[in-house]
Amino acid sequence: MSDAKKGDLVQIHKIILEPDQRPENLPPSTKSVAYECWIKGFLLDENAKLGNEVKIETFIGREMWGTLYRVNPTYDHNFGEPQKEILSIGSEVKHQLEKQQQ
Amino acid sequence: MDNSYSAVMSRKSEILKQATGIEYDQFEISPIAFDYEGLMASCEYSLEDVQKILRETGVGQTPMVELKNITQLVRSISPQGKGGRIFIKDEAANPSGSFKDRRAALSVYHAKKLGYKGVVAASSGNYGAAVASQATKRGLKSIIMQEVYDSKRNGQPEILEKTRACEAYGAEVWQLTVGPELFYIMLCALEDTQFFSASLYIPTSILGIETLGYELADQVMQQEGRYPDMVVVTHAGGGNVTGTARGLQKAGSHDSIVVGVSVDLRGLHMASDSDFNRKSFTTGHTGFGIPFLTWPDRTDVPRNCARGLRFMDRYVLVTQGEVFHTTEMLAKLEGMERGPAGNTSLAGAICLARELDRDQILVVQETEYTAAGKLPSSQLTFAEENGIEVRRGDPKDDAPGKVIVIPETIEQFRLKTYDVQEIRRSYIKNTVEITKSHEPSQEDIKFLAEDSNASPDFVRETVASLKNEAAA
Repeated sequence: MSDAKKGDLVQIHKIILEPDQRPENLPPSTKSVAYECWIKGFLLDENAKLGNEVKIETFIGREMWGTLYRVNPTYDHNFGEPQKEILSIGSEVKHQLEKQQQ
Repeated sequence: MDNSYSAVMSRKSEILKQATGIEYDQFEISPIAFDYEGLMASCEYSLEDVQKILRETGVGQTPMVELKNITQLVRSISPQGKGGRIFIKDEAANPSGSFKDRRAALSVYHAKKLGYKGVVAASSGNYGAAVASQATKRGLKSIIMQEVYDSKRNGQPEILEKTRACEAYGAEVWQLTVGPELFYIMLCALEDTQFFSASLYIPTSILGIETLGYELADQVMQQEGRYPDMVVVTHAGGGNVTGTARGLQKAGSHDSIVVGVSVDLRGLHMASDSDFNRKSFTTGHTGFGIPFLTWPDRTDVPRNCARGLRFMDRYVLVTQGEVFHTTEMLAKLEGMERGPAGNTSLAGAICLARELDRDQILVVQETEYTAAGKLPSSQLTFAEENGIEVRRGDPKDDAPGKVIVIPETIEQFRLKTYDVQEIRRSYIKNTVEITKSHEPSQEDIKFLAEDSNASPDFVRETVASLKNEAAA
């Protein structure tokens, strides 16, 4: 069973620099981890499974290699949860403005 | 070809020369001084040319809106006779939703004119979306490099939204983890593609923003019969302040006080994987603002055309909580829902307007679009998920990376004035240290004075006192 087939929108992962290839003058929390990258595009291989080395065509038509990370990658950032610390600001400032107008 | 970090970095001058079409060497005067105005004039666009080029892709001519309700609210907490009129330049009306379209528009036009097939930009913010949008309009390809994730692949919602926007405009987006190697990977891409480097710090980037300063001065003159008394600008890398101030001057608005505003994130390390997601603002903050004022040439080009210290009359800081409060006020009192980062300068304006007389005019020179990820609710949810405490209270208790305090009332908004004289001193100190084998000449003193908007005597005294300190 393959996870993705040719033409699917996928996301690849690449390690750009391993920790020992990164410059010395970084904060320890940065220097101790790899420098990584994710890029989206359309799968050029016939079939692939997550974790396979694959080739993609990016949105501007460039070919690129990487590890298959995700198939049909979604945008999952959102509007967040209602925040009680800001919910009442509207009524507070409106009230203050009304008082000023009187 | 050797693509190791050190090999690529050692080729940076040749790569950048090819990728910008600019011979930076010809503007060098000494290890300290360079011909700034010569560099700015090198691509030969008049302000009128730039306005015309921007109009071709629907950029600029954004509305100037008086914030009457916020002005009235500010007057209710101001001394008698005080509380200047607050206007806002609604830059969210640009094609990709921010003033960054102005700088992207001219750079992309210029890239096409020079024959490049595509553009590369490193930006986690609105600039990436602007470059992607303008490239599409002009039929060029775009690659946007974004610093998005920490090592646990946890991403700022605001930057994730920018990835979405760039991809919506057809860009190839590289989502990277935290690190200054963004510059390295950009050089790799420039070398590989032979595309144009749409750096934020090249002349066309600043010339594009000059239209904003010019336009706002012109609009206020048309509407109110006078130039603005104060123009408040969110400050990060310096381009916004530089372009706006130059545009004001070109319009003849010489007496407008230019105030830079940054969100106070002092104490957080910008290249730190562990600090990366402890901030709720990804630009317009002190992590860029202060380093770029005290050493502007720390960029992806040999000489930075964004030189905020040359043009800034005052520099003030606001808290994250004050900006979130302001964003709510703009939506609830003025019916304008805009992104929080763009409201940094408006948060500063709430305090600054209290200093002005009622007939004086203050212009907040930008807004930005808003969307999922770019709202106080998404940013504050993300902050809490990352262990930041969020509460109402006095903004003096705000602690970057630990506590976000949303003010209880606007009386609690409190500007922190950053001493510009101290910034000038740091800038001169950095310059002298970086070029330490070079004895500053008369020409260097003149350059440093211009570049820090100080007197030659101040520069001489500062250089002398630094020497004394070093000798002691």
